[in-house]
Amino acid sequence: MKIPLSWLKDYIDIDLSLEELARTLTMVGLEVEEISVIGLPLPENSGRQEFKFTGLAWDPEKFIVAQINEVMPHPDADRLTLCRLYDGSQEWVVLTGAPNLFPYKGMGTLEQPLKVAYAREGAILYDGHKPGYELSKLKRTKIRGVESFSMVCSEKELGISDEHEGVIILDPDAPTGTALVDYMGDAVFEVSILPNMIRDASMVGVARELSAVTGKPLKIPSRKATSTGPRIDDLAAIEINDPNLNPRFVLGLVQGLEPKPSPYWVQRRLRLAGMRPINSIVDATNYVMLETGEPLHAFDYDVLVQRAGGKAPTIITRAADPGETLTTLDDVERSLDQHTILVCDTAGPLSLAGIMGGLESEVTETTRNVLLEGASWNFINVRRTSSRLHLNSEAGYRFGRGVHPALASWAVDLGLERMAAWSGGTIAQELVDNYPQPPFDPLVSISVQDVERKLGVTIPAQQIAVILTRLEFVCKVDGDIVQAQTPPHRLDIGEGVIGKADLMEEIARIYSYNNIPETNLADELPPQRNNLELANEEKIKDILAGLGLQEVITYRLTSIERETRAYLQGQSLDPENYVRLLNPIAPERSVMRQSLLASVLEILEKNARIREHLAFFEIGAEFIYEQKNSLPMEPRKLVIGMSGKRSNPSWDLQTSGNLDFFDLKGVLDAMLQKIHLQDVSFQPAKHPSLHPGKCAQISVNNTMIGVFGEIHPRVKQNYDFLTPAVYIAEIDLEALLPLIPLRFETSPVSVFPPVLEDIALIVEETIPADKVEALIRQTGGKLLADVRLFDVYRGDRIGAGKKSLAYSLTYQALNHTIESAESTALRNKIVRRLEREIGAVLRDN
Amino acid sequence: MSEKPTILAELEHTQQKALALLAEIQDEEPLQAWKREYLGKSSSVMSAFSSIGQQPKEFRPLVGQVANQVKQALEAALEDRARIVTEAALTRKIADDRVDVTLPGRQPLTGGLHPQTLVLRRIFAIFAEMGFQVYRSRDVESDEYNFELLNIPAHHPARDMWDTFHIDQPGVVLRTHTSPGQIRVMREQAPNPIRVILPGMCYRYEQISSRSEIQFNQVEVLAVGKNITFGDMKGTLNGFVRRLFNADVRTRLRPSYFPFTEPSAEMDVECFVCGGKGCSVCKGSGWLEIMGCGIVHPTVLKNGGYDPEAYSGFAAGMGPERISMLLHKIEDIRYFWGNDARFLEQF
Ligand SMILES: [Zn+2]
Repeated sequence: MKIPLSWLKDYIDIDLSLEELARTLTMVGLEVEEISVIGLPLPENSGRQEFKFTGLAWDPEKFIVAQINEVMPHPDADRLTLCRLYDGSQEWVVLTGAPNLFPYKGMGTLEQPLKVAYAREGAILYDGHKPGYELSKLKRTKIRGVESFSMVCSEKELGISDEHEGVIILDPDAPTGTALVDYMGDAVFEVSILPNMIRDASMVGVARELSAVTGKPLKIPSRKATSTGPRIDDLAAIEINDPNLNPRFVLGLVQGLEPKPSPYWVQRRLRLAGMRPINSIVDATNYVMLETGEPLHAFDYDVLVQRAGGKAPTIITRAADPGETLTTLDDVERSLDQHTILVCDTAGPLSLAGIMGGLESEVTETTRNVLLEGASWNFINVRRTSSRLHLNSEAGYRFGRGVHPALASWAVDLGLERMAAWSGGTIAQELVDNYPQPPFDPLVSISVQDVERKLGVTIPAQQIAVILTRLEFVCKVDGDIVQAQTPPHRLDIGEGVIGKADLMEEIARIYSYNNIPETNLADELPPQRNNLELANEEKIKDILAGLGLQEVITYRLTSIERETRAYLQGQSLDPENYVRLLNPIAPERSVMRQSLLASVLEILEKNARIREHLAFFEIGAEFIYEQKNSLPMEPRKLVIGMSGKRSNPSWDLQTSGNLDFFDLKGVLDAMLQKIHLQDVSFQPAKHPSLHPGKCAQISVNNTMIGVFGEIHPRVKQNYDFLTPAVYIAEIDLEALLPLIPLRFETSPVSVFPPVLEDIALIVEETIPADKVEALIRQTGGKLLADVRLFDVYRGDRIGAGKKSLAYSLTYQALNHTIESAESTALRNKIVRRLEREIGAVLRDN
Repeated sequence: MSEKPTILAELEHTQQKALALLAEIQDEEPLQAWKREYLGKSSSVMSAFSSIGQQPKEFRPLVGQVANQVKQALEAALEDRARIVTEAALTRKIADDRVDVTLPGRQPLTGGLHPQTLVLRRIFAIFAEMGFQVYRSRDVESDEYNFELLNIPAHHPARDMWDTFHIDQPGVVLRTHTSPGQIRVMREQAPNPIRVILPGMCYRYEQISSRSEIQFNQVEVLAVGKNITFGDMKGTLNGFVRRLFNADVRTRLRPSYFPFTEPSAEMDVECFVCGGKGCSVCKGSGWLEIMGCGIVHPTVLKNGGYDPEAYSGFAAGMGPERISMLLHKIEDIRYFWGNDARFLEQF
């Protein structure tokens, strides 16, 4: 909302600087986003600037209110005129090209001089001929042989609006010779209105907040003009079908008026407030809306009479019938539903209540009698209709947030007065006022202790009452209790405990949040609990980062097509189980992911173009909708993805080859070890994304916690990978996390020297390596401190279908030095057992 | 009595000559050659020992004694010289042994955490020390928890504050904020006091740009108890902001609106990029909007199972992405979920 300072000053005295005013407004909840200066001096830049200032200051010596006494034709140019202009001390001849001066050309000395904004040589103003706002300095030139050193300004040149069709013609009472800034210098505050402060989308509303903070009295405008016309009762009637939709409807009538351009000061104010002046009738309705916050609507009364067959029209309000249509004044035919409220007459719909008028009964150049509507509407219906029709209007914006019905008659009265003042005509006596459902304005009581309890500050009852009274609550103080009657312009104050909270906000705002002292929490601490799930997830992240993997966090919004890429044809995830968006922003973000694996593959693919070594992981939720009548499951997963070179390239070393299955397995081994899981085993497995021969499942204590392996070559083809193979692990955290022990035990470290020995065993290819190792460990018992596989050989020297596994064994005891006899005996025992149970043969080197 | 054998004079001469030559030697190789020449098997000193038998009897002891003296003198001199030569060689070797220290180092493989994990941990840690524990809740929420129970009825003007992703199931949405967790934690904990922070991914229907994302983290703060005030909220949040940014950053609270708090406020911190003078980061205002907050609305307390006449509380919500962007001068919010290694590796 744009608030011109000059307009605001109609309702309250302001002696604050522009910055102080902006700060004051911001601190009551009317955040000032920007201040455009229209002629007034810009604040000096003190180094600390709290608000954004834009605009043009008018030099009081260079911009003057002047009068054109005569408009003369230019001797050589039809499109130019020469003006005899008096600037208060001297008369000049000034060249202009303004089309709105042509009508005065050749009329000789004007009976009523034209008041204009006059810029002298050296004035800095906006260049009216260039797009946007570009500053230029007014210089002496010759145009078509006539010397020009000054000019008559348009609104654009002065920074008032982008209007450059003609020069400004000021109101006749503008004082010739005065500095322009003193006559109409201004500043416009761009204020954002919070959803619960729609009452402040008006000049009076903003002034009221200022009055509450500064204590300066609020000057509420009221109608002064008297009615001289006939009584309205005989000329119009109102029928309200549903008071829930339309709690109040007020009509006033002005007869014998004539639409014309509004006075210049009205046009300027409307423009500064962001509205386009139309004519003196429409301008009056907009002006009063901006002034009071109550949108008004003007009907061409004669059209209504005609529609009523020559009789006095009856206005009927009701819900629209589904399928009903109305052509609004923007000439669009709107189809309506049962939530739309209509203003009708006996012949049918006239306008969309609270949103936009209809085309047929709109005010035109030929309108001579105006029926003026001020009403109140159910905000939910108004919101529904404007959002369904994508129809944003100033009226819909206000009514859609709730306008108090009490404003209707006040605003209609002001509207009638301004219309008659700017368009002529006489005001009919009385109003037609149908008010079937006045809202309940709650009486709320709040105590000093209530305020203490919620705000942490002691504010005496008297001071509470002063704050609320300035906001027009009617207050009674009884000891520590203040009884506050909600004023009839607010719909945001509730009853009981909610009303108390509502008042608390008013008190805190006006008292100022800055004045509430800062304290530390002193209340009882809640019962403390562990958050093992989170702690373990964070621990796993640390372990993986320590193992050289980079964490990623990906989009949880994806598309079915993107996820299908990660699976073999015919084996993708069940499309029925997706959480599907009803209103996606784009097809590629239309479902919640069901596969974290697919998300991580995408990141691998993306980074494959910029890095040779890829090692990423992500922990996050998947979304699976199995039971559509409840909320979806959100199981958490860990996915690791690796591909490319085993190490980073260096300037003097060749790289160490490509990552493979066992690099990923090594990472998993290390991770599982660091979270102290016991009884981990691996078995060959199948997975719809993985190579059938290079896929394993991980079990802990016979609980399956995940699968890993090489991405199936056919799946890999769906991606743009340059690397030879891609490895993925998919770990189910819901299964893994509960297995992580709360505590773990350590083993003692021996002080006796170890005995190291290597053995190589030839076994059948079908015997899994982990079985061999398990047998070695079992047989070696406590004295066998470590077993490490250091070589696997296949080849002619041992025959087809066989493999040789070479182990490095470490014998070590906690309580004595192992002699060679003891280690030899142990070795023989191990070899014999392996021979017996799996047919292993000791290989001679 | 025979004459003194000539060998005695020869030995003396040899000693003088050898020592003179030795003193000139600088390197290992001539040193070895010298050793062979003067102390080798066929050297004149060693030959002197084998020639003792051919000397006149009465001089034999003398010849032996002199030869021995010469040999010892040469050996001692050799040892000294050898030490000097070795020292000199090491000095030369050290002097010649240099690397180009400006060549790049060989980088080990380093992993890392996502910037948002890092910033969330910072936030968690600061609040943990004030007694706030982490409470997580779901991403896909019911309209009831996301809106209704938070005092945002259908068609309420406040709904305009959130552009919501709806699910094809009626009454289900992607949470637009972590606030539904407030109701969940209250219903779990009532009537115990509560101090939690609620982190999580939230979603809003928006066009993706450098400034706005459809998916973003949020962290909410919730304290509920019998004696919790607006002043406590100020103290807690100021404490947090001072620890996150710096100890003497200025802050301000200004009125705002959220349906689930009343009074509501927006907390601004003085722009630490320009020190409050106004810059592009703070859009010329000198202030950075950092979080929304307020006193928990009585309706929300009631929906959570707390009597609003007896209990009070405050809630606050902040955007960790915004905080990272400010702390690390990240100019495009899309970097976060883009996961380009070149971005991630900078943390
Ligand atoms: Zn700044």
